[in-house]
Amino acid sequence: MTSLISEQLLANVGRQSRPQREIVTRRDIRKYAVATGSRQQKYLDGDVAPPMFHVPLFWDVVALDQLSPDGVSIDTLLPKFPLERAMAGGLDIQYLKPIHPGDWLTAVRTLTAIYEKAGRSGPLIFYEVEMEIRDDQGDLVLREKTTRILR
Amino acid sequence: MNPAPAAGAVLPERQHKPDTVQLMLYNAALWNGHRIHFDLPYATEIEGYPALVLAGPMLGDWLHQVVDEWLGDAGVITSIAYSNRGATYVGDTLTATAVITAYDAETGEVMLDVSILNEQGDAVAPGTVGVRLHRGAR
Repeated sequence: MTSLISEQLLANVGRQSRPQREIVTRRDIRKYAVATGSRQQKYLDGDVAPPMFHVPLFWDVVALDQLSPDGVSIDTLLPKFPLERAMAGGLDIQYLKPIHPGDWLTAVRTLTAIYEKAGRSGPLIFYEVEMEIRDDQGDLVLREKTTRILR
Repeated sequence: MNPAPAAGAVLPERQHKPDTVQLMLYNAALWNGHRIHFDLPYATEIEGYPALVLAGPMLGDWLHQVVDEWLGDAGVITSIAYSNRGATYVGDTLTATAVITAYDAETGEVMLDVSILNEQGDAVAPGTVGVRLHRGAR
């Protein structure tokens, strides 16, 4: 099988984002809990963050002119892939420490893998991005691996 | 905890029927400007979807909630692995399900199979969740 994945593309594996440091606020927890339909008072009151609160906390905030016409922020960690249509992806998360209002958290994202598989209607490219989130003590709070499929 | 932790125990399901307002608030909380979630003419006429598309990670959150509501303060979710298998839309009724696949009373570790089912019963977001029960709850 001829590979879609060149040496040049593979050279991007290991690429890392600049650390992103954000503060957790009660208000942001409350907004997220309401929007997800949470029924648990500790989250609705913002006393502690529900699982997946890191998703809104670390979503990219970029200037309007850096959004694509469909309103998506372009992920600068990723190289240009020979396939572009994104299919379903997967998430794998480990929760190591609870998150509370007032916590400062720092996330670093790393492109950890690019590989190819044969799909039913042609080749597929998979890539994986790992995110590590630490608190100001340096303790690991959460680890997440995202797998995305392009066709 | 009801049911008590044991392999095979089925947790109470939860139905979700998100409307446009909830979808907008969810994406606003993320700062996600993807048009398919709020711009109906764009979603239907340009991208060819039948309706506004639900955000994938919102279904991921519901996988946590169905376990977390059972768990209460008896323990913590330690891990999840899931994938989004198909698009879902405003107007859909989605059901979050969970069943315990393993329980270790010694360590308090519980493993569950979780899923979001659409109205046809297709698993649009299947996965597994890991939980650790606090000592008093084992």
